[in-house]
Amino acid sequence: MDFAFSEEQQLFGDALRKLFENEYSADRRRAIVDSEESYSGDVWGHFAEMGLFGLPFAEDVGGFGGNASDVLVVCLELGRSLSLEPFVASVVLGGGAVRLAGSPEQQQSLLAGVVSGERKLAAAFLEPHARYDLADVDTEASAQDGGHRLTGRKAVVLGGDCADTFIVSARASGSDGGLSLFAVDAAAPGVSVRGYKLVDGRGAAEVEFEDVELGPDALLGEAGSALPVIEQVADLGAAALCAEAIGAIEMINEMTLEYLKTRQQFGRPIGSFQVLQHRMVDLYLELEHAKSLVFVASAMADGDNADARAKAVSAAKNYIGDKGRDIAKDAVQMHGGMGVTREYALGDYVKRVLVADMLFGDADHHLERFGRISADPAAAGASVWA
Amino acid sequence: MDLAYSSEEEAFRAEVRAFLKDKLPPDIANKVKKAKRLSKDDYYRWHNTLYQQGWVSPNWPKEFGGTGWTPAQYQIFDEENCAAGSPRIIPFGISMVGPVIIRFGSDYQKERFLPPMQSGEEFWCQGFSEPGSGSDLASLKTKAVREGDHYIVNGQKTWTTLGQFADWIFCLVRTDPEAKQQMGISMVLIDLKSEGVDMRPILTVDGEHHINEVFLDNVKVPAENLIGEENKGWDYAKFLLVNERMGIAGVGQSKADLEILKDVARLESKNGKPLIDDPLFQAKLSRLEIDLMALEYTNLRMLTSQGGGAAVGALSSYLKIRGSEIQQTLMELTMEAVGPYAAPWMPQANDAEWNGEPVGPEYAAASTSRFLDRRKTTIYGGSNEIQRNIIAKHVLNM
Repeated sequence: MDFAFSEEQQLFGDALRKLFENEYSADRRRAIVDSEESYSGDVWGHFAEMGLFGLPFAEDVGGFGGNASDVLVVCLELGRSLSLEPFVASVVLGGGAVRLAGSPEQQQSLLAGVVSGERKLAAAFLEPHARYDLADVDTEASAQDGGHRLTGRKAVVLGGDCADTFIVSARASGSDGGLSLFAVDAAAPGVSVRGYKLVDGRGAAEVEFEDVELGPDALLGEAGSALPVIEQVADLGAAALCAEAIGAIEMINEMTLEYLKTRQQFGRPIGSFQVLQHRMVDLYLELEHAKSLVFVASAMADGDNADARAKAVSAAKNYIGDKGRDIAKDAVQMHGGMGVTREYALGDYVKRVLVADMLFGDADHHLERFGRISADPAAAGASVWA
Repeated sequence: MDLAYSSEEEAFRAEVRAFLKDKLPPDIANKVKKAKRLSKDDYYRWHNTLYQQGWVSPNWPKEFGGTGWTPAQYQIFDEENCAAGSPRIIPFGISMVGPVIIRFGSDYQKERFLPPMQSGEEFWCQGFSEPGSGSDLASLKTKAVREGDHYIVNGQKTWTTLGQFADWIFCLVRTDPEAKQQMGISMVLIDLKSEGVDMRPILTVDGEHHINEVFLDNVKVPAENLIGEENKGWDYAKFLLVNERMGIAGVGQSKADLEILKDVARLESKNGKPLIDDPLFQAKLSRLEIDLMALEYTNLRMLTSQGGGAAVGALSSYLKIRGSEIQQTLMELTMEAVGPYAAPWMPQANDAEWNGEPVGPEYAAASTSRFLDRRKTTIYGGSNEIQRNIIAKHVLNM
């Protein structure tokens, strides 16, 4: 058992941090958020040069055959730097769906562009009425001429504002109501995208499909049996959002601790007051425990055991949702008036933590999912009281 | 990064499991799982069994009978023992004063005290707290005055856990009343059979006898029982506390307690369904289980990724805080799960020999007294407020 990152991973993380320090001043980032731009094309180009996009993919599709902890290192840094680039949307979610469900030919054709950064994917799973239920899908794909005709609406699609291809969940006719996955070109007739920015500055979209004609090669995997893959992809995405949140919370804690040590009131640093010291300790205590859960979730999200994966991811997502928001609120309080100004960066980190809870299942959703698996009688041992 | 147990570690788990199946007496395991009172002989039998196996002092250096286990192995050993219902090894000898004697003790002390500590022939207890010195331990007043080749010790110690089973007590005593608080303290080993030692029970709120107060009235302690140097006792005490970190999170016991809680929640019912399927109760249970998962991996992460030393000592304060909170919540939820039958006061049911008819289900009897007993976990070993002071000062440099 080993929780340490390899030297190579640490160097990679450091390089990424350096890149953001150079390319991504607070002003530059804010200018992007305030503009029509979705993210920095320069940073995206650097990501491609560094090989970021190939990390989770096998070498035969141009990837680097990395593992879950490689992606974890990246996401921690993206969170620390409040990256706006759609790495999680395109590489982890969209790319994850193609990697897990696509045929070798589909992987070749779709992932080559992902790895080079030229094609951006987005996973369009959840619908306006469905809240966080991945199985509650009204989008329909009726079979025709060997292909399908797609109609439906998808909600808050992360990275959907700039995606070239959507990976869409839908009910295909003739497959007993089971779910299927389709790769759909954003420019295809009948696809309309209403892009917008999220609270944390990232791009997303409401996506509507109206009688979109899909060829036979659009179907990823078998018709009607995609739910397990969809759940795993959502878990990969949730774990990545959690890792980003950890990076953001690290920054929140560092900023807050620094503030407590420097801000003077009553003739001394406010961090000398025990009432604030203990609150600060609790922020770090929760961070350390959150981090452990996120490391485990990230390792398990790529594993084969569906229940173990779901438990690990739901534990981390619940913890980040609940405790992450508590940390954010406490950090703002301890900053006093500074904490509620737009100019000070704390609020940007707080927003990233809030959004991490809102996508792919909030704290309550994952608490319920965790509980369902954990309370399963099949998981019970022998009773002491029998 | 690799968060799975290796095949060697899984083989070790199988070895521990087979050993427990073979050697753990069922009568003792039954008492532990059902939270019945344990006798000194119960503790001794299991202590000595582990000693015969060479597993009683895994945390000691190998040349003194340690096992050289990795943190993962230590975790596996703890988990399997707790799941099987092994009594805990009373920590005051093996986990606390043993490593101090190994590190700072004389050759005489090592030869005299370590072998019976390992075999279980001599049990130990701790003499740190005093009526006027709890969180502010360094203000302690028990005095030791050198007279020839003896010290004469006068004072009072308190909260002495399982002192009624102990043969020896290790005490912090003031040897230099003029020095600044921490500087004038020494550590001495006192034979509880000495004249002038009076151990009296303190009953706790659960109605049980776990702790004691110890009066020391002109007790003659041979100078050879002084640990290390005079007036360096505070350093040894700090070493002792850091060294205790391996088990401080209590992960194994809490995992076992969680299974028992789930067991109760499956047997109880609400609205015609098992309580474990009740949304309100399940939410509380799940939060607790998630906290415990977080603790389990934080414990492993801190033990495996740090080199050791004072930094880990301070980080272990995180584990103490969260571990003790979880131990309390486990009993709180178990009490809640039991419902109305948590109300009858049935201390006689804590005795495994009692043949009476329980009121309500068998598991109900101890539930409230265990909730009450667990209030101590956030108080002892440095209260959780003191732990936060330690982290603020030594980790966050506030």
